[in-house]
Amino acid sequence: MSILHTVNKSPFEKNNLESCLRYAKNGSAVLLIEDGIYAALAGTAFEKAVVTAMSELDFYCLAPDMKARGFLESNMIDGIKLVDYAGFVDLTVEYEKVQAWL
Amino acid sequence: MKIKKCLYVNRRAPYGTSYALEAIDMVLIGSAFDQDISLLFIDDGLFQLKKGQDTADVEIKNHSPAYRAFEMYDVEKIYVSKEAMAARGLKRADLLVDVELLSDSRIKELMDEHDIIFSF
Amino acid sequence: MSIEVNGKVLETDKEGYLLDLSQWEPAVAETMARADRQELTPEHWEVIHFLREFYAEFAMAPAVRILTRAIGKKFGKEKGNARYLYNLFPYGPGKQACRYAGLPKPSGCM
Repeated sequence: MSILHTVNKSPFEKNNLESCLRYAKNGSAVLLIEDGIYAALAGTAFEKAVVTAMSELDFYCLAPDMKARGFLESNMIDGIKLVDYAGFVDLTVEYEKVQAWL
Repeated sequence: MKIKKCLYVNRRAPYGTSYALEAIDMVLIGSAFDQDISLLFIDDGLFQLKKGQDTADVEIKNHSPAYRAFEMYDVEKIYVSKEAMAARGLKRADLLVDVELLSDSRIKELMDEHDIIFSF
Repeated sequence: MSIEVNGKVLETDKEGYLLDLSQWEPAVAETMARADRQELTPEHWEVIHFLREFYAEFAMAPAVRILTRAIGKKFGKEKGNARYLYNLFPYGPGKQACRYAGLPKPSGCM
């Protein structure tokens, strides 16, 4: 019984990531997409919250959205896995359900 | 067919966006099918349930009375985050329907226990 | 579109539902029914008034299955079925009765 949580808003603008981390249960996954990818960057005000959450949750980030916004894998927090669209689909299959933090 | 346990998660205040209204429509339509429906209000979603909404001067329809009809539609499980209530200074008496207060840690389990989660 | 009731012109949408609910009066229902060649009996008025009360309380029109159940509860079991309501309102209790009652078209109603 595990959930794939998707976050598509910047943590600097909205509280989606914060709520997601509050309600995501141990063993579930967080996929950062669209403006949500800013939470995957190292050196931001949210890095600590993400790194802390990584002890309980698996973090993924959608590569095309990262690339579109001018960031590289080297800009990301260590341990976050990059996925392409096919990887996104795989994740939705792997996890039992998806909770979209819109 | 197996009856699916559906959780409708509401986390937006009413009127600023149309999420609340869309959730109401979807719950009412969904209730016509054999689903086991629960509603969860977290974050600003709690403000949807505030008593005494009066939209006359903003010229938007006040849809909040619909929550009181949910019981007739056999939608009886309405959960609210205790922490979100406290953060917003709301008490049970401020809400227009009977709700069950849950801690955020209990809400994690609740999401797990449902087959489908609809987010608004 | 519009209808004329007691010398007043009332705006409706293209399906004939009143745009301004506050303009409703019994003559609105009578005018609409006349155009449909539909007689309005006391049983029709029971349903029309029930719908208006429901809308005033819950800000929406009830789904047909909710209406059926509620009518049966309020006016007697023999009236609490779809056949009874469809006999009264052949175009559908949701659509036709709501229109006569001055309510918007029920959402999710085909």
